[in-house]
Amino acid sequence: MPEIIKNGQIVDDAWQVLRLKTDQPPESIELPPDAALFPVSVWKTRKPELLARLETTGVWLASHETPEDIAEDIAKFRIIGIDFPKFSDGRGYSSARLLRERFRFKGEIRAIGDVLRDQLFLMKRCGIDAYAIRPGKDVHAALAGLRGFSETYQGDVDQPRPLFLRRYA
Amino acid sequence: MIRAPAEAAGRFLTTGNVFMYRYDAIDRQILKERVAQHRDQIERNLAGELSDDELRPMRLQNGLYIERHAPMLRVAIPYGQLSSAQLRKLAEISRRYDRRYGHFTTRHNLQFNWPKFEQTPDLLEELSTVDMHGIQSSGSCIRNITTDPFAGVAPDEREDPRPYCEIFRQWSTFHPEFTFLPRKFKIAISGSAEDRAIIRAHDLGLEIVKNPEDETGFRVFAGGGMGRAPMIGQIVRDFLPRRHALSYLEALLRVYNRYGRRDNLYKSRIKILVNSLGIREFTRRVEAEWAYLKDGPSTLTDADFDRFARCFTPPPYEILPEDTPSLTEEAEKNGAFAFWLKYNIFPHKIPGYAAVVLPLKAMGKPPGDITDIQMDGLADLAERFSFGELRVGHDQNLVLANVRRSDLFILWKALRPLGLSTPAAGLLPDMICCPGGDYCGLANARSLPLANAIQERFSNPARLRDIGKISLNVSGCVNSCGHHHVANIGILGVDKNAAEWYQVSLGGRQGNRATIGKIIGPAFTPKEIPDVIEALIDVYFENRTASECFIDTLERIGVEPFRARAYRGRDKSKLARIDNREPSNA
Repeated sequence: MPEIIKNGQIVDDAWQVLRLKTDQPPESIELPPDAALFPVSVWKTRKPELLARLETTGVWLASHETPEDIAEDIAKFRIIGIDFPKFSDGRGYSSARLLRERFRFKGEIRAIGDVLRDQLFLMKRCGIDAYAIRPGKDVHAALAGLRGFSETYQGDVDQPRPLFLRRYA
Repeated sequence: MIRAPAEAAGRFLTTGNVFMYRYDAIDRQILKERVAQHRDQIERNLAGELSDDELRPMRLQNGLYIERHAPMLRVAIPYGQLSSAQLRKLAEISRRYDRRYGHFTTRHNLQFNWPKFEQTPDLLEELSTVDMHGIQSSGSCIRNITTDPFAGVAPDEREDPRPYCEIFRQWSTFHPEFTFLPRKFKIAISGSAEDRAIIRAHDLGLEIVKNPEDETGFRVFAGGGMGRAPMIGQIVRDFLPRRHALSYLEALLRVYNRYGRRDNLYKSRIKILVNSLGIREFTRRVEAEWAYLKDGPSTLTDADFDRFARCFTPPPYEILPEDTPSLTEEAEKNGAFAFWLKYNIFPHKIPGYAAVVLPLKAMGKPPGDITDIQMDGLADLAERFSFGELRVGHDQNLVLANVRRSDLFILWKALRPLGLSTPAAGLLPDMICCPGGDYCGLANARSLPLANAIQERFSNPARLRDIGKISLNVSGCVNSCGHHHVANIGILGVDKNAAEWYQVSLGGRQGNRATIGKIIGPAFTPKEIPDVIEALIDVYFENRTASECFIDTLERIGVEPFRARAYRGRDKSKLARIDNREPSNA
């Protein structure tokens, strides 16, 4: 079973990520029976079927998509994925913060795609709590990426109060 | 978690003789961890565990470039303030890791051109011993924040911008959401009536203003910038109360991070977003985002501001008479000193004090270059004459901000052996110029030899005095690090058919009336440029009134007579027509 980092530990994880090929229509694609993260387009076109199996259904946001695109459904999910097509595409950081801070999403937010050790600390601060490290990279070594800095200047999802409020308390 | 000592407030009382932000245990710990992180990344790269592409954005955000001849390390000088101890350390590093010199850029940075890749962790560790680093001096992140080199001393200052700079420095350092923006993001802050930080030519410009109730806030400009598509920033908000500064910046950056283009490097700056949405729609999105963030935990109270302001306590000024008769006497006896006094002294808000501009524009040297001997010498002079502190300006000049007027003559004499008493600030040889094709991997023209040829042609002091105030800037490529767009005479190096050409623009300005200069026509060969400048100066001489500077005459009579003279006797078919919108390099 593939290993991912979740809540600061390495765990076995069976969730698949369903990615559509460019010519695959979301309306007619065959839904895998096991636990899977679906593209927003599949969620939107196949909602009745997926609502019937919510325990094994998650959704993932592409980097051009935003939490607003699934606003009314967010609370339904146990798990939402955020795709990083390239590790240097920073839109997912904003999506994660919005999910946590604006939509008060309490479930798992999982980074998928080009997820690398050196970005984990930033991702964590934005509210991402599970990381499917890119295949071919050492997931155990990547754990070190969560331990970056002992203090941070600005507020974030974990610690909303900026350092200047805490420093002289 | 590290705690500041209980007596933390006491730290802000300036001890010793340095009057700038002082790192505490937390700042130092964060910096130490950053150096360790860089060391680990370099080691993993050398071991083959971290690819060059994966390392790239992270090394850039520590100021480390891989350049034409060697790596280049860009050291940040946050909002331009530098202590004597820091300058001495830079001199020492230039001896140990480089070739005994450094290069000041237009954005409060000092660049080392010859460090070894494997040695950069040691170099950064060495820098951290004086609380310095290369953090966010490059990369697609919020860059080093810049301001007025006369901050805290300018007579026209509304409020000292440095405490705000420090607030924004902390907010922007390793911001978890904004470390992978579409492209670089530059912020400049001005606290005075006249803008000396070109805030309107930045991605985000903040002007400190007071509202009718005398509350402090910011006028917010966005979408300015130079580069390929130069633009003047537009007003997003006329008055932002200062307590909301961080939530508003967060909202604005979030709009940029989410909607800025990422498909085309040349269209990814915020100016393109502002322009394509239009300033009204851009503003609407920022305000809509802000509505969620406003009054959140990052709201600043007056007590918070006071705490930051106390980090910049004024030095213990003496009570001095306004007039300094000895100065007038020395100036009467010594023409060279009188010349320097006329151009290199900036007024000061405390009677009997002056700010002194030291242009790093020695003939035959790249503008902005400084040797280790000059660094050490200046560190000593700053301690002797200016409370152990210096400023770096966007014009690649240094400033001693707090000199007693009665010391000016001894200071000038001490500057001469260091080669720092010339040229005159604001006159033609005081050019801004990027390192160009001699050093930079992006440049397509060698801006430095050209700048030197211009300085050589215009070296007669009497003639320079006659020409008077003028700005002439040179960039070696469209990225315009040499700020040619906002120069009265701007010169841009371009590459066409494997040859170097130089495009001339006229009418650019900095300050409150910041203007982008207009290209006058086909580009010239490097050899022609000094003659072209000569021709432009001739038109000014023939048309000026007694009180006009070059730019005033140009504005009054228009570009046409200048353009006509620049091309007179030249065969335009032998010149190069250039379209700057075509990407010619990476």
